[in-house]
Amino acid sequence: MRRIAWTHYAAPQTFYGLAGVCWKPLALLALALALAGMWVGFMVAPTDAQQGEGYRIIFVHVPVSWMSMIIYLAMAFWGVVCLVFRARLAGMLSQALAPTGALFAFLSLWTGALWGKPMWGAWWVWDARLTSELILFFLYIGFIALTSAIQDPRRADRAGALVAIVGAVNVPIIYFSVKWWNTLHQGASVSLTRAPSMAQTMLWGMLLMALACWVYTLAIVLYRTRSLILQRERHADWVAQLPEVNPGVRP
Amino acid sequence: MSALWSLLRRDLLLALRRPSEVLTVVFFFVVVAALFPLAVGPERATLRMLAPGVLWVGALLASLLALNRLFEADHRDGTLEQMLLSGTPLTLLVVAKIAAHWVLCGLPLVLLAPLLGVLFDLSGDALGVLALSLLIGTPVLSCIGAIGAALTLGLRGGGVLLALLVLPLFVPVLVFGAGAVEALAAGLGSEAHLSILMALLLLSGLFSPWACAQALRIALE
Repeated sequence: MRRIAWTHYAAPQTFYGLAGVCWKPLALLALALALAGMWVGFMVAPTDAQQGEGYRIIFVHVPVSWMSMIIYLAMAFWGVVCLVFRARLAGMLSQALAPTGALFAFLSLWTGALWGKPMWGAWWVWDARLTSELILFFLYIGFIALTSAIQDPRRADRAGALVAIVGAVNVPIIYFSVKWWNTLHQGASVSLTRAPSMAQTMLWGMLLMALACWVYTLAIVLYRTRSLILQRERHADWVAQLPEVNPGVRP
Repeated sequence: MSALWSLLRRDLLLALRRPSEVLTVVFFFVVVAALFPLAVGPERATLRMLAPGVLWVGALLASLLALNRLFEADHRDGTLEQMLLSGTPLTLLVVAKIAAHWVLCGLPLVLLAPLLGVLFDLSGDALGVLALSLLIGTPVLSCIGAIGAALTLGLRGGGVLLALLVLPLFVPVLVFGAGAVEALAAGLGSEAHLSILMALLLLSGLFSPWACAQALRIALE
């Protein structure tokens, strides 16, 4: 079997092509998964014995909360790659991830509020998990503000990478805060070590939605990275040769 | 090591020659603390309840106010580049800068806080814990803030950006700092909170000079 040349795709030029091939099928797949997940979540899954119909918000809430944390870790990972290997693409990926992460963190807070009003009787409580999700949202905003304030793209990449790594210390605190502080927020309902305390169909709905969020993130990040590559390499020859940039050129 | 001491001495001497900068920070703290009773009313029970949070947020904002200037002057006159080029490890020099910042903008707040606490009708024990929690907590603020100051060095609108970047990271310090005084008032004892603050201090003291040195290299590249 031939070894895959990973470093081959670290060059913006080749990655641009790869991302162009991948993003459309991924976006369609995300749409299909989201539709299937919503169908299972809203039509098939039974009504919860204690929480009634209101619990169905978890089909959106749990996946977006997961993604908001995973995306920050991914940003920190690409930040490490950016600082250690000085790969230009890693910085761009990190910056392409940030807006999606911020969006998911915001959605997580919003859907959490919608769930909290009927269940706890309040839109917002100052519980550890809610608060740390809010802080995560602030961290995304800080990252985006810093990287967009720096003119020089190389400095922006590396400064952003450092912020992402420093902030990543916060992500485990979010996840384990439920155990550390004894609060109102109910414990995690899905765990790897014991059987889940929910019906099979509910679990399927949630997993489908989580997959949809993953694939959507991949698609949008590839798309955004393509834009960033075009923006930064606009003076390069290969960009001028692209049919979508210069329609006169034959591919 | 001698480079560390001489840089610390130089920073302190420079600040003492221009005392207005340090005094601005100190009086900002006093004025902010004095505004709260005017806003929420003079009931002593309410003030006693609010005091730890108000004084901690005040101290946090005051130390943020001075962070902006941590590397600014050295960056403008080229001293910072000389530090980068010198044979002394940058991490060591950063430790000296952070220590100087804390002595100038953290220590006065620690000393002043009990005095302001009296205005909020705090008991003697609570005043002691407040001062102790600030003594452990404000160096953490200087450590974390220095990373932000290095990253935003020379950027337009750096001050607001610095606040946006650093304030979320200050949250654990604020929670456990103000929590120590509140735990004492609730009869739980403040040792647990103070121990966690101490752990935060050790962690940030270990890692932030290194991260800050990296940030300075990125900013000056």
